[in-house]
Amino acid sequence: MSELEGSGYKGKAFQLLQQADCSVGDILKITSKGKTYEGILIPRFGEGVAIIIKMKSGYNIGIEATTEVKVEKIGKGTVPKFEAPQLPKQKPSLPHVVIMSTGGTIASRVDYRTGAVRSAMSASDLYGVVPELADIARVDTEIVYSIYSENLTPQNWTELAQTVAKRIEQGVDGVVIAHGTDTMAYTSAALSFALQNLPVPVILVGAQRSSDRPSSDAATNLIGAVKAAGEAPFAEVGLAMHETVSDIATVIHRGTKVRKCHTSRRDTFKSVNGFPIAKVQNLQITITSDSYQKRDPKRKITLKPHFNDKVALVKFHPGLDPAVIDFYVEKGFKGILLEGSGLGHVSKFCFDAIKRATAKGVVVALASQCIWGRVDMNVYDTGRDLLSFGVVPLEDMFPETGLVKLMWALGQTSDPKEATALLKANVAGEYSPRTLPQEEKLPNEGGN
Amino acid sequence: MSKTPIDYAKVGLKCGLEIHQQLNVNSKLFCSCPPDLFKEDPEITFLRRLRPTQSELGQVDPAAFFEFQKGVKILYEANRKSSCLVEMDEEPPHPINLAAVEVVLTASLMMNMQPVDEVHVMRKTVIDGSNTTGFQRTTIIALDGWIKVGDKTIPMQAASLEEDAARKTGTQDEGKTIRYRIDRLGIPLIEVATAPVIYSPQEAQEVAFAIGRILRDTGKVMRGLGTIRQDLNVSIPNGALIEIKGVQELELISTVVEYEVQRQLGLIAIKEELAKRGITPESLKPDFADVTAIFKDTKSKVIRKAVDKKQTVLAVKLAGFAGLTGHELMPNFRFGSELSDRAKFWGRVGGIFHTDEILANYGITTEEVATLRKAVDAAEGDAVVFVADTAENTQDALKAVVDRCQEACTCIPQETRTAKDDGTTRYMRPRPGAARMYPETDIPPQPITAELVEKVQAHLPEPADKKLTRLIKQYGLNEKLAKQLIDSEYIGLFEETAKTSGVQASTVAAFLTETVKALQRDGIHTSHVSDEQISAIFKAVGAGELAKEALADVFTWLSKNEGKNLQDAITALGLKMFTEADLVPIIDRIVVANKQQIEKLGKNAFGMLMGAAMKEVRGKANPELVGKLLRERLK
Ligand SMILES: [Zn+2]
Repeated sequence: MSELEGSGYKGKAFQLLQQADCSVGDILKITSKGKTYEGILIPRFGEGVAIIIKMKSGYNIGIEATTEVKVEKIGKGTVPKFEAPQLPKQKPSLPHVVIMSTGGTIASRVDYRTGAVRSAMSASDLYGVVPELADIARVDTEIVYSIYSENLTPQNWTELAQTVAKRIEQGVDGVVIAHGTDTMAYTSAALSFALQNLPVPVILVGAQRSSDRPSSDAATNLIGAVKAAGEAPFAEVGLAMHETVSDIATVIHRGTKVRKCHTSRRDTFKSVNGFPIAKVQNLQITITSDSYQKRDPKRKITLKPHFNDKVALVKFHPGLDPAVIDFYVEKGFKGILLEGSGLGHVSKFCFDAIKRATAKGVVVALASQCIWGRVDMNVYDTGRDLLSFGVVPLEDMFPETGLVKLMWALGQTSDPKEATALLKANVAGEYSPRTLPQEEKLPNEGGN
Repeated sequence: MSKTPIDYAKVGLKCGLEIHQQLNVNSKLFCSCPPDLFKEDPEITFLRRLRPTQSELGQVDPAAFFEFQKGVKILYEANRKSSCLVEMDEEPPHPINLAAVEVVLTASLMMNMQPVDEVHVMRKTVIDGSNTTGFQRTTIIALDGWIKVGDKTIPMQAASLEEDAARKTGTQDEGKTIRYRIDRLGIPLIEVATAPVIYSPQEAQEVAFAIGRILRDTGKVMRGLGTIRQDLNVSIPNGALIEIKGVQELELISTVVEYEVQRQLGLIAIKEELAKRGITPESLKPDFADVTAIFKDTKSKVIRKAVDKKQTVLAVKLAGFAGLTGHELMPNFRFGSELSDRAKFWGRVGGIFHTDEILANYGITTEEVATLRKAVDAAEGDAVVFVADTAENTQDALKAVVDRCQEACTCIPQETRTAKDDGTTRYMRPRPGAARMYPETDIPPQPITAELVEKVQAHLPEPADKKLTRLIKQYGLNEKLAKQLIDSEYIGLFEETAKTSGVQASTVAAFLTETVKALQRDGIHTSHVSDEQISAIFKAVGAGELAKEALADVFTWLSKNEGKNLQDAITALGLKMFTEADLVPIIDRIVVANKQQIEKLGKNAFGMLMGAAMKEVRGKANPELVGKLLRERLK
């Protein structure tokens, strides 16, 4: 029986392989242009029509499937059997940490035969891949989702918050959430609002280089995250990633004050309008923030997990058509986060549309597209006008956290006045009353 | 060791070649950085650890895993000119450099190989730090061809395109931090491999030479030291398959093969002798004695330094090894050196001492040796190895020494060795298991279309025999010079220079072949002089600004003064050519001084005067100009 479905082959290649009764992993002999090639059939991803085989030398090559090409199956594939190493004796003195995964792979093994990367998410598997963990915590694992981070929705935040709260109520010393980096800062903000009065830390962690490569940042980040979750003196939602491009330190950013700032660097996450809470280096935790909620296992967690996804982010730009704002209002959106320019401005051409929105009870908030700094709508006429229409300035919150906060506020109440009050309250360190001169380090190359 | 020549057919030598050469294209293989190296201090450094990734079968590379467990870190050095985020493993690779693919395609077709229809970039796991990613990106472009070397057809297995590695610049922290410079990382390399069908050292060299010529004929490979690396695999029956990496000079290949065969024969002899002495792996025990106290007042500088740093001197007895650690395997390389290499690799130490060497040379006294022997309970037939370093390093070092001696009883270990400048080889690492390769998913497969193959086929470089006939005809060269040129790396430069410099083609040809070879024999690093410089020298000769007699001096000076230009050479060597204005007073003086002779000889005095003038200005004046001025003066 041929198992070519899902192998990615189409057309002539599929036909040839099917005729020869080949499945992925089988050993083939292909004759083309007077030469013969032997190797294991590899699945095909994306465009292209050639048949891909892995030769004995380990190399993959593609042979075009034409009418002159002959394919012959000369051996049946064997699927490598992996047996996870035995769970090492867990040291009872170590803190108990739950590692939850939402997708992507913080730890994985490579199938060198076909190139497939498999997630290693059982506790024993994790210890096998990152053996250092055995000396840091008693680890428990839970797969919550297996989806790319860009496909996560506010509904997922709700479920994730509920799952975390349940485990915390059962009495763990900390929670680590492995997360794809693209939308990790949105999730960290969401959990910051949803999980209030935390008794123990909840740390999100990701990797910019996938964990199947030797140079991956995953292990360093995971070690930092588990260490912080198990032992850090604070009880907040944090996000653990590389401090620099070097594998030296992991910093724990505050969940509401962290943003992905680079498409590919290891130190992509930066604390914006704030400072990291802590730093983990050589398994030592150093606190870097003067105020934080202290760890207190006796504290009762308050769960407020609901989000309203009828909230839109509208980025102002020269020439923005106010019809965009009207569209959301007509579609029944309950909140609009305007990403204004500079200190917090939007063109006067949009004024009428904004007035129509607030008149209909839509909560309109404003954060600056400058990312760094605080909005101040009292300096120029435009800002004063916007305030008079009922637009809520979000101070030093950058737009993504502002958006999540608006979704959360409207998830708690449908009353615009109450939602506005929630929006203005400092719930999870999203507002800092003082903007300190942040050393605007250009992404530093690391040093040693 | 026997000095009679080895009969390689009888020994059963089998050898295969793998030639790597950097491609001369504008940018690296997977980013737009120029393929330039830098000498200055790095502008950027960053520290990394590479973690052996686990395969589905749970296998890891033992050497890599060992280094990881020891906490080995890598400090990378970079500057902004030669590397970007791609080399730092901070940005995904860009699509493959198509110009580089075309060069490999050209070479493949010249070697009668069949291009694959689709190129798939692979990741070959390498976690010694030489690649920031922990793998080398490599891809097969063509397979299964042949070349003719003399009358023999040599099968060619494959032509690949891969990225060059970072270069190691040192270690620090007792060997726990390795420094690599990433400027070289990503430079495109062609790799061509022969089947293991070479049966003598001489043949290995000839095949390497033939491949080198084909690569050069593409006109798109770099030249000079460090741009070409030859790897060999050498095996003999009852010996082992040994991979030798990084032979830089073509002329060394036959020596390297010769020495490797000698080494393996020597190891077989040691194995037989150990069997005769009744020594088995079990005879060798990893029982180490801390003998630091014996050396507390030592005069040995090396040990003194360690003792002063509160480090440890550790010793081990090698039962039955007396005389064998001193057994020479290659010139200046004994079995003791073999042990020392292992100790350096696994124990990060500077070296070891053994009792088959003259320890007095290191300031170690006979009393110290006697006490040492007693401390490890060594009898007359036993050897003792000792080492001074940190406690951890000495432990690891002696464990590696004992492991190696246990192997000596039963086999010749399969390993990867690295070639030295004198043709001997040193231990590099254990031979990695089957190359662990998996697809580079960040780079889409690249089709090699029939149109592309046809285009490259239509523009293949001239084959050597056709080129010979053309050179003779076009430049009026004799056959010997033309042949030498074809074998020379300067063939391209010759044609350009002969056409544009105004210097006679045979002069250019003779210089670029015979003179350059003579200079190389004298130890001049001819590769230090760039094509641009050579071209400038000939242009200066053609323009009468430099005498052709001064060619070799200028060339030699430039080879020793990298970064300087032709004008610097001319000034430094005092070769500034006399202008007409400089020559007139000199000729005037000579004529006045020889007034009587001129009157006596009349017109016939010209020859004598010309001789006197040239004696004074040789190498600094154009003889034609001197003659003209002299004739005018005599009128
Ligand atoms: Zn680059």
